[in-house]
Amino acid sequence: MNKYAYYPGCSIKGSAKQYEESLFSVCNTLGIELEELPDWNCCGATMYVSVDEKISFALSSRNLVMAEETGMDLMAPCSACYVVLKKTQDYIQKYPEIRASVDKALTAADLVYRGTVRVRHPLEIFINDVGIEKIKSSAKQKLDALKIACYYGCQIVRPFQEFDHPCYPESMDNIFRTLGAQTVDWAFKTRCCGGSLTGTIEEVGLRLNYILIKEAQRKGANCIVTICPLCQFNLEAYQHKILKKYRDFSEMPVLYFTQIMGLGFGIAPEKLGVKRSIISPNKIIEKLTVPKGQDETQIPVSS
Amino acid sequence: MHIKREVKYQSDLSPDFTEWITSVPGGEHIKECIQCGTCSGICPMSIYMDVTPRRLMAMTNAGFEKEVLSSFTIWLCASCYSCAVNCPKEIKITDVMYALKRRAIEENIQPHPKFTIPILARAFFDTVKKYGRISESMLVVKLALKSGITMLLGMAPLGLKLMRTGRMAYTQDKIKNRKQIKKMFNALEAKA
Repeated sequence: MNKYAYYPGCSIKGSAKQYEESLFSVCNTLGIELEELPDWNCCGATMYVSVDEKISFALSSRNLVMAEETGMDLMAPCSACYVVLKKTQDYIQKYPEIRASVDKALTAADLVYRGTVRVRHPLEIFINDVGIEKIKSSAKQKLDALKIACYYGCQIVRPFQEFDHPCYPESMDNIFRTLGAQTVDWAFKTRCCGGSLTGTIEEVGLRLNYILIKEAQRKGANCIVTICPLCQFNLEAYQHKILKKYRDFSEMPVLYFTQIMGLGFGIAPEKLGVKRSIISPNKIIEKLTVPKGQDETQIPVSS
Repeated sequence: MHIKREVKYQSDLSPDFTEWITSVPGGEHIKECIQCGTCSGICPMSIYMDVTPRRLMAMTNAGFEKEVLSSFTIWLCASCYSCAVNCPKEIKITDVMYALKRRAIEENIQPHPKFTIPILARAFFDTVKKYGRISESMLVVKLALKSGITMLLGMAPLGLKLMRTGRMAYTQDKIKNRKQIKKMFNALEAKA
């Protein structure tokens, strides 16, 4: 049994509940145990480093210290949390002045940072610790009706990680192909969704997401799958607004990679938070739930 | 006769500004910028910017302090790091953008008086300072109260959808040990 300290982040407790639900279900199937950090604080995302750099690194290091105390690796499923934690570790090591201010803040709070904890994203854990073989052997439901546009977003693959290519990653594609799904080859895997800009400069945000969804559709995908709460939210929740603005647009479901893995493992959609979708994925999921024994040719596969 | 001069003399620029940016973590290599344009080419935001990233690097290097700090560009950067991982001179452009945002907030310079991003950053910061965590829906309400009620009304259909799917938080999430966070803030803020 693999056990990890778990840093959910604010989004997962709010608009990304289905990510946590499906993550827990998938981890359960794969024999991964998660222990939530007892009193974690917000990572700061892109926001507090825009106001105060020292405080942003100090607050982020508080989470690292708590994770270190558990002695386990730290799983951070949100890309923003992941990149902030990784960056904090990197910068504490590289810049003595950042180390000094972090230490000053931590000392005031009776905490000590040693720099021993490993920050990890579930995608990387599934690939490296669980392994593709185990994922394959856990598969119960063939996903061949799915044509997935894997959307990695920006922050998970850049610039503080080593597990995949920073512009053209493939790890998620590999998992889904192992589970029998098709993945489309597209150039926008890591093209930014706009992050918080969708909430602040809506026009730009809507256009960025319009471009992403449009391209996924052009490549023949029937769903987009993400690994980050903000990407999922931007891509899914603003589709009604995009629809109003761009006449040639049509809706498309946007799911989390853990939801798709869960479906492949034969986990019931209710346990994967599928009903929390704003754009219902039922149409594509129904294609999967063909009763056993039925002729395989009857499963409609989009060409 | 007075000729209106468009080109700035070197004496109109701020050499201190250039010095400052090279002292910021991530900005060390900015003077090595070769103006290749990789950043502008790869940036998904550059077509929405008033100044492209390449040009902004040149302006920062030359000391165009006011023009740089009042550009929309620094706020349109969504921190996707694609410039930073592709820059041949390893300039951490994303960190430079962050530093410029901080400086603009410090100096109270905005590209437009009704611009909401610095307000959001501030609201986010203050919420974490107080509670240690963010609740997205609370943050949106806070932002709307500061930037106008029409924005809140515009968000209503989405809000309803989030409520229906159980993705809306109705309370402000808090950490238990808020004292600890306060101590950390105090330690860093009391340096002056």
